[in-house]
Amino acid sequence: MAERERRLTPPFGGVFVARTRVMTAEDMQRAIWRIAHEIVEHNHGLEGVVLIGLQTGGVPLARKLGDALQAIEGTEVPVGTLDVAFYRDDIGLRPVLPEAVTDIAFDLGSQVVVLVDDVLFTGRTIRAALDAITDFGRPRAVQLAVMIDRGHRELPIRPDYVGKNLPTRRDEAVDVQDDGVDLGEMVK
Amino acid sequence: MRHLLAIDELGAAGIEDVLGLTDSFVEVSERSIPKVPALRGKTVVSLFYEDSTRTRLSFETAAKRLSADTMTFSVSTSSTKKGESLRDTVETIEAMGVDAIVIRHGSAGAPWNVAQWGSSAVINAGDGWHEHPTQALLDSYTIRQRRGSIQGARIAIVGDIKHSRVARSNIAAFTLQGAEVTLVAPRTLLPPNLDGWPVKVSNELDAVLPHVDIVYLLRMQLERMTDALVPSLREYTERFGLTVRRAAALANDVLIMHPGPMNRGVEIAAEVADLPNALIIDQVRNGVAVRMAVLYLLLGAGTEWGAETSTANAREARAT
Repeated sequence: MAERERRLTPPFGGVFVARTRVMTAEDMQRAIWRIAHEIVEHNHGLEGVVLIGLQTGGVPLARKLGDALQAIEGTEVPVGTLDVAFYRDDIGLRPVLPEAVTDIAFDLGSQVVVLVDDVLFTGRTIRAALDAITDFGRPRAVQLAVMIDRGHRELPIRPDYVGKNLPTRRDEAVDVQDDGVDLGEMVK
Repeated sequence: MRHLLAIDELGAAGIEDVLGLTDSFVEVSERSIPKVPALRGKTVVSLFYEDSTRTRLSFETAAKRLSADTMTFSVSTSSTKKGESLRDTVETIEAMGVDAIVIRHGSAGAPWNVAQWGSSAVINAGDGWHEHPTQALLDSYTIRQRRGSIQGARIAIVGDIKHSRVARSNIAAFTLQGAEVTLVAPRTLLPPNLDGWPVKVSNELDAVLPHVDIVYLLRMQLERMTDALVPSLREYTERFGLTVRRAAALANDVLIMHPGPMNRGVEIAAEVADLPNALIIDQVRNGVAVRMAVLYLLLGAGTEWGAETSTANAREARAT
């Protein structure tokens, strides 16, 4: 779950107040280039690779990653979006946003699906995403790319590609936007 | 919001909540496996005291696509035949542990009673001549899908307004969304008193048709026609039916709608129902997604619908 949605949902709700800038827009772009190279290296090219951005924070990152992959390898990588609200185990905790619609216009069967999200925290969003992906077919492999891994996992899930490992306290919050990443607190 | 009973209780903001969410469920319905686990473990019972094909099947399909369990109650095979009252029936069903009751009843107001008697969410699937809110929601969604917006649309609702719960719900929904509604019917099929209805009224279909964007035809409810309200069905068709001749005179982008079931050859000519600008099949298709949105908002959103975490607030918070 993107951190900015977590702030809308009790008991987390509140206003995000930034304390420290942990990545600038340039840092994020460099991380995207590096992750793109790692995806190409890890999969020996881009044969069968598709990107799925998780609504809402992962979608712009998936698009940028798609652009970077196109620039590196010269092939266009299909980019889809996935809203996992209907698959969550804490259903109802996160409101469904009308504009956060799932859009996967290609078959996932036998593909290598790279899930893209902004912040990896408890891992529950990814668990829900894995469930959702199975409804669209049987991928050859599913990999996970995140901009920030902030720890505190509650499930046996680990990312394959990480922009930045950021040690946090459980009560802190991370905000990923186009212009950079901030660490701060939720203030009620 | 705990129940969906009438359009005016839902209000303009509630309509936006439902229709905004419907896109997500249209997408789910188009998947090769059109099912999500959102309402796993919830039970939805449909309690139908009147006949229905599409509404009952549509609600059941919607509940199943959300992974809810469904139970069906039909009067002909139930203890109602032995004289059990509505209240006892509802309390019996509630005791089995259900989360939502979808009710259709011949008496206006029955869903309000049911809502008071128990703790389940109640969805009105038609009460007498009064309201049929999910029909109005799916009609609104279908119009928006084709036109983008209902704001400013000129809509003629034609036919048996008097006995029609679809008309009452649609008048409320369309006008709340800024449409201009004209009722077209013989005097005998209009309610005796139209004071305070935000509509225009006409008895001449041919005078109205050149000035509308949408023609919404109602079914001639032959089962409710206790008196001789029209001289004959042939005369009704002659004056108020959308015949091939009238349909041919319509502008190309005028949309034709009907809540079903159709009496082909009475209020709508058989050929007209199959024209490309007739949305009758779209209405049925969208009905499932709209009802999924309603069930999800009432049962799945966790927090109470309309409370602090409503989608409107979520949008606002995201924009900041």
